[in-house]
Amino acid sequence: MATSIASPARGARSSAADQAFLWLLRGLAALVPVLIVGIGFELYRASALSRHAFGWHFLAASTWDPITEQYGAWPFIFGTLFTTALALVIAAPLGVAVAIFLAELAPRWLRGPLSNIVDLLAAVPSIVFGLWGFLVMVPFLQETVEPWLGDHFGKLPLFQGAPYGVGFLAAGLVLAMMVIPFVIGVSREVIGAVPVAQREAAYALAATRWDAIWDVVLPSARSGIWGGILLAMGRALGETMAVTMVIGNRPAVSTSLFAPGYTLASVIANEFSEATTPTYIAALLEIGLVLFGITLLVNVIARVFIWRMTRQVERVAA
Amino acid sequence: MSSVALQPGIGRLPRGRAHQRWRRFRNAFMLGLTGLCTLLVLIPLFLILYYVVRQGLPGLHWSFLANAPKPVGEPDGGMGNALVGTLELLGLAIVVGIPLGIGAGVYVAEFRGETFAHVVRFAADVLNGIPTIVTGMFIYGLVVVPLHHFSGWAGGLALAIILVPVVLRTTDEVLRTIPVSYREAALALGASRWDVIWRVVLRAAQPGLVSASLLGISRIAGETAPLLFTALNNSFWSFKLNQPMASLTVQIYNFAIAPYDEWHALAWTGALTLILLVLSLNILARLWSRWRSPRRTA
Repeated sequence: MATSIASPARGARSSAADQAFLWLLRGLAALVPVLIVGIGFELYRASALSRHAFGWHFLAASTWDPITEQYGAWPFIFGTLFTTALALVIAAPLGVAVAIFLAELAPRWLRGPLSNIVDLLAAVPSIVFGLWGFLVMVPFLQETVEPWLGDHFGKLPLFQGAPYGVGFLAAGLVLAMMVIPFVIGVSREVIGAVPVAQREAAYALAATRWDAIWDVVLPSARSGIWGGILLAMGRALGETMAVTMVIGNRPAVSTSLFAPGYTLASVIANEFSEATTPTYIAALLEIGLVLFGITLLVNVIARVFIWRMTRQVERVAA
Repeated sequence: MSSVALQPGIGRLPRGRAHQRWRRFRNAFMLGLTGLCTLLVLIPLFLILYYVVRQGLPGLHWSFLANAPKPVGEPDGGMGNALVGTLELLGLAIVVGIPLGIGAGVYVAEFRGETFAHVVRFAADVLNGIPTIVTGMFIYGLVVVPLHHFSGWAGGLALAIILVPVVLRTTDEVLRTIPVSYREAALALGASRWDVIWRVVLRAAQPGLVSASLLGISRIAGETAPLLFTALNNSFWSFKLNQPMASLTVQIYNFAIAPYDEWHALAWTGALTLILLVLSLNILARLWSRWRSPRRTA
């Protein structure tokens, strides 16, 4: 190896080879942005039939009827946003709390194992969450949790109706479990990146540990934590299998947590391979386009947040 | 950091003793609460693992691994064809996705100065966040529609697209840990950029790259959504990539939503097999770089 590297007789030839090599690598790398554009373009192209038939009304209409060929995406958009919001309301505060514990409080010997276990949670496949959610959690919700909630808080619009087990509550809970590792992962990193000197300064002003975390560390890490929450949001919006198995798959809009619903991703999973007419297929492809658009937007914003945070930290460190 | 933590309330501020006690209480309470939250988050993980093992382990016989699914009522149905299908789909995804991901990752890491490298890194993060069901739809339009049938090719390609950005980003991270002095030393010996990357950087990064690839594979091994209308499923033994192909994940899904208890039992055993596959890849990925990395002195 060393001899060939040192041989000086290569000169111009190797620089031409270098150029070719560089262009090869650029070509491979270019595939990634090309794929994103390609996915968007393909969905846009293939959904033409539905886009022309329903126009922008597609987004607001709530009829979804393959028999009369009337398609509207509103129940799915609503279901996606509702379950995602539910998941984040649970996962965001819990995730940040766990990140604080892991980054600031846990004794050194506990940090490694705990972080690994959290990573394990992220590694469990979606279909396993779905299986467990469908066969274990849903019956438990139906027989125990939902009747109790209905008895005690039934006056609130959130807890009305019959307890089906499957529905928005089940979907929100499963989603929360699935996205929490993303909140924890990013938050832990940005909390760890806040300079020690800032904490010491707070302690010198007689702050308790909690004061230092709440008034100094969290404000510095805010941008990054939001980035992590948005990243989790992107996951929750697009999560398919687990949600499909526990949400009940009924295209209806309801504000009750107990009601069955539907999401953008799960209607595709359920109906795409069985869709028969060209308009039906195009309508599902347009649902895919909507999902693509929403997740693209959320992910770009999330990355900008995280990128801003790392730049800020690098500036402070410099 | 914790070694410099001062005792709470060291400066006696003029707010009075009651306020001090309140602050100390709040401190202890909130810190305790974060620990409690950590426990709470771990509970579902243990519950899931507990159920998968309890429900799945009794069915893990030889017949499960050796047989294809059978109609309800016939004993000894299994998921052998689905396990083989999953491995085959993974193989295709690996052959396509890993070279692409590592190649693009090398570009992003080694030509950091180019604006396009930043564009690609950003695009990889975004692609990573796009729902995999959407990737499935894309491949459906690109492969399934022109060929007029579902196929293993389509499923493997869908998985490859998901694999690329994961491998790209981890390759990027691994290459950053290779000291600049390695590259400088090679360049000083008259090596071309190609030589530097191929003979020095990639060689030094090899254990990390294997880890990165294994981690990526463990991620796509559990994917269901992109296979639903690309590889579809297959109830029989089939090794042909141009035929619809069974996979563990889709098979678990089909069994889970069916109303038969014996299929549910098979789904649990399938889930156990899947978790064992994913977790062993995951753990191997972590251990590999630890075992194989030369101990570098900074």
